[in-house]
Amino acid sequence: MTDNLYDVVVIGAGVSGCAIARELSRLDARVCVVEREEDVCCGTSKANSAIVHAGFDAQPGTLMARLNVEGNRLMYEWATELEFAVMQVGSLVVCVSEDTRAGLDVLLERGKENGVPDLRIIERDELREMEPNISDDAVAALWAPTGGIVDPFGLTVALAENAAANGVEFCFNAPVSEIERDGDIWVVTAGERHLRARAVVNAAGVYADEMHNLVATPDDQLRIIPRKGEYFLLDTTAGPHVRHTVFMLPTKMGKGVLVSPTVHGNLIVGPTATDVDDKESTDTTAEGLAEVATKSSLTVRDVPLREVITSFAGLRAHQEAHDFVIGEVSGAPRFFDCAAIESPGLTSAPAIGVMVAGLVREGLDLEEKPAGEFEPTRKGYVNLMALSFDEWSELCEKDAAYGHIVCRCCRVSEAQIVDAIHRVPSARSLDAVKRRVGATMGRCQGGFCSPKIMELFVRESGMRPEEITKRGPGSQILIEEGRA
Amino acid sequence: MARETRSLICINCPLGCPLEVVVDGGEVLSVTGNTCKRGETYGRKEVTNPTRIVTSSVPVVGSAIGRMVSVKTASDIPKEKIFDVMAALEGVQMTAPVEIGDVVVADVAGTGVDVVATRRA
Amino acid sequence: MESRDIVIIGGGPAGLAAAIAAHEAGCTDVLVLERDVQLGGILNQCIHNGFGLHTFKEELTGPEYAARYVDRARELGIECRLGTMVVELTPEHVVWTVSPDRGVHAISAKAVILAMGCRERPRGALNIPGFRPAGIFSAGTAQRLVNIEGEMPGREVVILGSGDIGLIMARRMTLEGAHVACVAELMPYSGGLKRNIVQCLDDYGIPLLLSHTVTRVEGINRVEAVWVAEVDESLRPIAGTEVRYPCDTLLLSVGLLPENELSRDAGVELSPVTRGPVVDDALQTSVEGVFACGNVLHVHDLVDYVSQEAAAAGRAAARYVANSSSEAESQTEGTREDERCLSVVAEGGVRYTVPSTVYPARMDEKLLVRFRVDNVYRDRFVSVYVGNKRVWHRKRRVMAPGEMEDVSLKRADLEAAVGATTIRVTLEEE
Repeated sequence: MTDNLYDVVVIGAGVSGCAIARELSRLDARVCVVEREEDVCCGTSKANSAIVHAGFDAQPGTLMARLNVEGNRLMYEWATELEFAVMQVGSLVVCVSEDTRAGLDVLLERGKENGVPDLRIIERDELREMEPNISDDAVAALWAPTGGIVDPFGLTVALAENAAANGVEFCFNAPVSEIERDGDIWVVTAGERHLRARAVVNAAGVYADEMHNLVATPDDQLRIIPRKGEYFLLDTTAGPHVRHTVFMLPTKMGKGVLVSPTVHGNLIVGPTATDVDDKESTDTTAEGLAEVATKSSLTVRDVPLREVITSFAGLRAHQEAHDFVIGEVSGAPRFFDCAAIESPGLTSAPAIGVMVAGLVREGLDLEEKPAGEFEPTRKGYVNLMALSFDEWSELCEKDAAYGHIVCRCCRVSEAQIVDAIHRVPSARSLDAVKRRVGATMGRCQGGFCSPKIMELFVRESGMRPEEITKRGPGSQILIEEGRA
Repeated sequence: MARETRSLICINCPLGCPLEVVVDGGEVLSVTGNTCKRGETYGRKEVTNPTRIVTSSVPVVGSAIGRMVSVKTASDIPKEKIFDVMAALEGVQMTAPVEIGDVVVADVAGTGVDVVATRRA
Repeated sequence: MESRDIVIIGGGPAGLAAAIAAHEAGCTDVLVLERDVQLGGILNQCIHNGFGLHTFKEELTGPEYAARYVDRARELGIECRLGTMVVELTPEHVVWTVSPDRGVHAISAKAVILAMGCRERPRGALNIPGFRPAGIFSAGTAQRLVNIEGEMPGREVVILGSGDIGLIMARRMTLEGAHVACVAELMPYSGGLKRNIVQCLDDYGIPLLLSHTVTRVEGINRVEAVWVAEVDESLRPIAGTEVRYPCDTLLLSVGLLPENELSRDAGVELSPVTRGPVVDDALQTSVEGVFACGNVLHVHDLVDYVSQEAAAAGRAAARYVANSSSEAESQTEGTREDERCLSVVAEGGVRYTVPSTVYPARMDEKLLVRFRVDNVYRDRFVSVYVGNKRVWHRKRRVMAPGEMEDVSLKRADLEAAVGATTIRVTLEEE
């Protein structure tokens, strides 16, 4: 039984769960992350705006406001330590009608109160200079230079890899069905496994209410409302269309959508916001996509929607009070919620990690690992796009597989894919490879490289071709019995 | 049997000429709409004895080109034998080296036509 | 830096034909760069018959057609560097390549021939609502899986788009035991060749649903069903016409896009219609000494035409190299800017032409101008006007967007029309 006894079980390997696990890995503790999907970053964390919010949006005094600003600061620090892609491009909240202009001042004041540095309001001419494709209707904007963009996959993978390197275990394809008390110990049934834990962290995204309600008293039930957001992703040819993240200052007409470059050089447009019942309904809809298309033009001129390479939908874990729910559940000692992590949850993740790990540490009275036993850095994946030809050449001399391009759209070599397959937690599906090194993410959407990545899986991990999936069990690419 | 006009599209080449074939009983009276002699031949044959070339690929062992080598029937075979040809190719495996034109299955499905390799392997 | 007379990017049918023609025209320092480990390009997976009727007067399969060119290139001793991806082309003709054996390697070329081919439009470009499960393949990816890898991508199939690869794959999947429920085509006509509709769909009783599209994909992990609806004249789905097709696979054959990322970065001007380079009669792009041919220039229907066009590009590049060498000694030929140039204008149902400019003083005695039409036309005349003078007027019984058309221009006609600045290619009722 001792084999199964952990100090902490973290439910959910999204960005929050992985950030918490990474911070817990500083401590002298046995930690296991259980995840219902086949990989990290499969839920809310994978389908969002990929924005590092500056922090002027949240109401002062809320957890959201504090963790956003703190997360923003940590994000750029951690990017150096953990080598994931982040770019501080700055963000603009664009006012498109004189009569709503006062709204900019409200945001400015709120941002200042939240401690967001360097905010200022810029006028039409300066705005046009900064963002040449801004709508002709734009009158002014709030400029937040600490705003940025991040690779949500890269961030989550980096956190998970660093956590794993520091001893955290990961258990995938393990949906949690039961959580019970056995004396002082929590027993978490995750897939086939029964994990015993001194403390549990509930970072289950849109399912966090179900986890919470398994242990909470009847008068303390939580309800997470999945809020669907639909997006377009445009080709890298459209990436330079805007230089900063462009939000719209809400008007009587509604919220608008953001238009932003991504760290991969694409352009992202979205999201919509529709509350849904089904926690798996990450399907796009004709109406949603039409709405994104229409709203894209409110702040930015001539968004080249002809260059769309994919559309997707994600679910935010919305909760009525619209604040993060973080803390020990009353009546459930050492069961910690990390719930209702909706936007700016991605930005807040580093700060959430620090905060929740702190609560757990206190609750279990854990010690830090002895000096030198925690490795705070992690090597990122090679990004050939970011290398000079000389640097690339040097890599090829060390490993010829860097000279074999597998994904031509995103310039990903065999070496990077092999790296993804062999790291811990390892990539075991095409989407998992995509999340780590970007292959299949480009303009041909895997048409060219999918068969080649499948060959590498066969060679490197001994899988049969028929076993290879797009994203875990049930999503096999090929038919088991083969040709006729 | 009554005289009948059948409209076809010639598949000999990508021009895809629209043909009109007049048939009386089993006899072809005329073919019109074709731009070349092959069209007329096709029209006559298509209403009396339609044929097709069948192509596929079969596993090959020890080849640098990969796991499969492409094959075809060396000439057209009766249309109704297409699936018999496919069935005859099941379980067939080649061993490198393979030359274009190498016989993969002789007299496939009793058609008198060989299946041959279309690629070096 | 390695220096070559002609560097050809792509070792498919276009690149090989260009290399052979350049060599035969006297330029023997030709290098072909191919990213695959084999020559032949997409022909290797096009195992069906129907290739080469124009070129060889016999009906070949894709691999057999490719082998003719591969063999000829070998005979001539043309160097083909395999497993070599071009990652950048500069306007000064420096070609940056990467390969496992040479790493990152630069080559300076006197002339460059673009022969990179095209790629398939992916699902994302269509914005089909629904989930994004496994089981959605472009037809070409499915073709590779079945023919090259020997794998089976699905059992119960719906195909969206009636491009030729989609039609070919409808038959191929059927032969391998799959059931193809239907081929849905958004337009009121097929984008593929008539012969493929006959022998790939009709032969197997597969319905072709014109003016239909896929409106929804069901299935979180693997495709479970797709919804197909009829569309109205503005191509919007008609409410109430949706039919659910349970299936495990959706194949897409919704168009091909010339692969011009390298060209764009080199400063080559691209046509918004073809998405390929804008070229003159010598198939030279807006960048001096950079030529284009095959599907990277405009998507072709027949490989025979690719080979013809590529051979012309190869000869032109060889001539360019010869001229630029002799130019160093005596100023024999000036730049294109100095010369009379006519632009070719596509009108009246003609979508585009290749080439789009013609230099009478440089052109061959006769020049083939290829084009596509924007709709299905019956009993129309194809007319060509040089200035106001009609120099070509021929009736065509049927023309369709899926098939390439051509007209032939005579140098004498262009020289005779002294003041003319345009050549108009148009369709006329009489």
